[in-house]
Amino acid sequence: MADNYQVRDVIDKETLSTVRSVGGNYKYGFSTDIETEYAPLGLNEDIVKLISKKNDEPEWMLDWRLKAFNRWKKLKQPEWALLKIPEIDFQDQYYYARPANMKEKPKSLDEVDPKLLETYSKLGIPLTEQKKLAGVIEENPEDKSENRKVAVDAVFDSVSVGTTFKEELKSAGVIFCSISEAIKEYPDLVKKYLGSVVPISDNFFACLNAAVFSDGSFVYIPKGVRCPMELSTYFRINAENTGQFERTLIIADKNSYVSYLEGCTAPQRDESQLHAAVVELVILDDAEIKYSTVQNWFPGDENGVGGIYNFVTKRADCRGRNSKVMWTQVETGSAITWKYPSCVLKGDNSSGEFYSIAITNNMQQADTGTKMIHLGKNTNSRIVSKGISAGKAQNTYRGLVQIGGRSHNSRNFTQCDSLLIGNKCGAHTVPYIEVNNSSARAEHEATTSKVDEDQLFYCMQRGIGEEDAVALIVNGFCKEVLQALPMEFAMEAQKLVAISLEGSVG
Amino acid sequence: MLNIDDLKVSLEEEEKQIIKGLSLSINPGEVHAIMGPNGSGKSTLSSVLAGKDGYIIDSGTVNFDGSDLLEAEVEARAALGIFMAFQYPIEIPGVGNMNFLRTALNSQRKTRGQEELNAADFLKLVRGIAKDLEISDEMMKRPVNVGASGGEKKRNEILQMCLLEPRFVILDETDSGLDVDAMKLVSKGVNNFSSSSRSFLVITHYQRLLNYIVPDFVHIMVDGRIVKTGDKSLALHVEETGYKDFLQLGKGKH
Repeated sequence: MADNYQVRDVIDKETLSTVRSVGGNYKYGFSTDIETEYAPLGLNEDIVKLISKKNDEPEWMLDWRLKAFNRWKKLKQPEWALLKIPEIDFQDQYYYARPANMKEKPKSLDEVDPKLLETYSKLGIPLTEQKKLAGVIEENPEDKSENRKVAVDAVFDSVSVGTTFKEELKSAGVIFCSISEAIKEYPDLVKKYLGSVVPISDNFFACLNAAVFSDGSFVYIPKGVRCPMELSTYFRINAENTGQFERTLIIADKNSYVSYLEGCTAPQRDESQLHAAVVELVILDDAEIKYSTVQNWFPGDENGVGGIYNFVTKRADCRGRNSKVMWTQVETGSAITWKYPSCVLKGDNSSGEFYSIAITNNMQQADTGTKMIHLGKNTNSRIVSKGISAGKAQNTYRGLVQIGGRSHNSRNFTQCDSLLIGNKCGAHTVPYIEVNNSSARAEHEATTSKVDEDQLFYCMQRGIGEEDAVALIVNGFCKEVLQALPMEFAMEAQKLVAISLEGSVG
Repeated sequence: MLNIDDLKVSLEEEEKQIIKGLSLSINPGEVHAIMGPNGSGKSTLSSVLAGKDGYIIDSGTVNFDGSDLLEAEVEARAALGIFMAFQYPIEIPGVGNMNFLRTALNSQRKTRGQEELNAADFLKLVRGIAKDLEISDEMMKRPVNVGASGGEKKRNEILQMCLLEPRFVILDETDSGLDVDAMKLVSKGVNNFSSSSRSFLVITHYQRLLNYIVPDFVHIMVDGRIVKTGDKSLALHVEETGYKDFLQLGKGKH
């Protein structure tokens, strides 16, 4: 333990120097010059049919999409969030874009366009099999994780370009593939679970996604299986003026376990782009899912031009007894973030945890939080939210804790901390707590603080420059959440924390 | 090494002059003590030397090794070799001591154009110093100063000093809140660290610290000025009679 701690500390340091060498700005802002095939502009029934056809989908899938599309036409964009959302013209978007040479889906990574692989390697995502994730391994000789692998599914604009370690996962019984593939290969599983956690018409953006989602990831962990490696999906928006609508479905069957990571980036463009994803997690008896996100979509420039509008519906359904889910998110990107990863705790003794860091700088806006719906007996939930605002940004935590009438002896603990940098930004906390059972207990703690002048002076008197000092203090503020992330992601996240706050002081 | 010439300093928030014409010259290897009653400007002096915000320099100069100290940024002064042991060391939640120390050390090295210390060498160095100061591994793992007792915090300051190897050290009321054992430990750390090329400015209310860290010069500060300078016997005199003899001296100079 002792050594781990020190190693981690040392990593913090390494992180800071990496950040320095990165030299600020959005480092994923490049775009890949690749011939792209678009669906016609706008959204109508033909577009929905086209997407379905491009993916070579069975009839039932198209019906499902059309049903969603017809519902969506009647829905209104929600306005309750504390966000100023410029009007979005849904007819002025492309709903499908794919690299032109991907008409035939590559059967293996060897067939993938080298330019795409290059893009991912530039992003630091290893798509070549056998390649271990670089990082802490060399730092810690005692670490047994030397052979640790991460299987990656990469989604480029509207399509999945490839999934690594498929064979190895298959031998463990794990299914990890793009959702378009799953619809064809595992229709029974998809039919059974798709839309069972986030129904078609759950909300405006989820409904839109149901109609036009083009790809995404699918995971099935069979009974009693502990997934032998971490699974990861990497989303990249490249094409201009194109919305990305991916859909992720993860099923952890009885007594299984999986840790899943998700990363996102997009090129730096003047036009805002829409991203509306849906993630559904199904967790059966005694199973556990850890879902970690590092969201770093292009945030727009310092004047608020461009950036991704990120409207995401994520929900975990703890159906089984003793089922467990943990959401961890680090949200540093996007011009607008609207996202509430939730836990429905149906099974008795089930538990849900939500750890979140949301950083907004310049003109960014975030309205994010979670919902913990306690239905089963003895259910537990824990919320740790760290919001950081700098520049002229607005950051809102919005959370619901609901304990149902039959949810005896259930517990919630919520800790909600906000940190302000400068005096032009805002932090808001909007907790809703509804308890309908007298044996339940809900605790809520909230703090708001500013980066303390004395802390800065102390760091600087020891020789640490002001920006490094802020990064250090903010990383300290977020520690609890950073520690909930898998190691590789924690390092990436720390870098992001520092980069996102560059230029916020002085 | 350090030359303060007729320094006058006011608070930024309220137009109130705190230091009213102070001159002091400190050579390498010397230990100077500044004593004085509450509100005499002792802590303002240390803050101004370290570069804290919130003060206006009305007039005067501070020269450190030939350069204008007041022009340098806080972190640049640290890299020049100025270290201040805080009266109330600051807590930084979530930031591990090790991380903090290594960041500080390598930031200074980088500023000075030296190579950064690698993880292994750094750990070895820190562990050696911590052992001398009887700082436990457990304490080193904690976030900076969080949950530490007054004595632990002060020892932590001395640890930082030994690690960063400054040439000019300000001990700002380091004895406050220390019991005798802790004071001996802290003093031992300081004395082991002292050398012919290092200087100390010891700011204190009481004489007792000076039994352990023996000064070459003792200055009595009253109302923003040094009103009397002597050797260590001056501190003993203060211990016996208090500051009342000197209060008049302060007023007389207006």
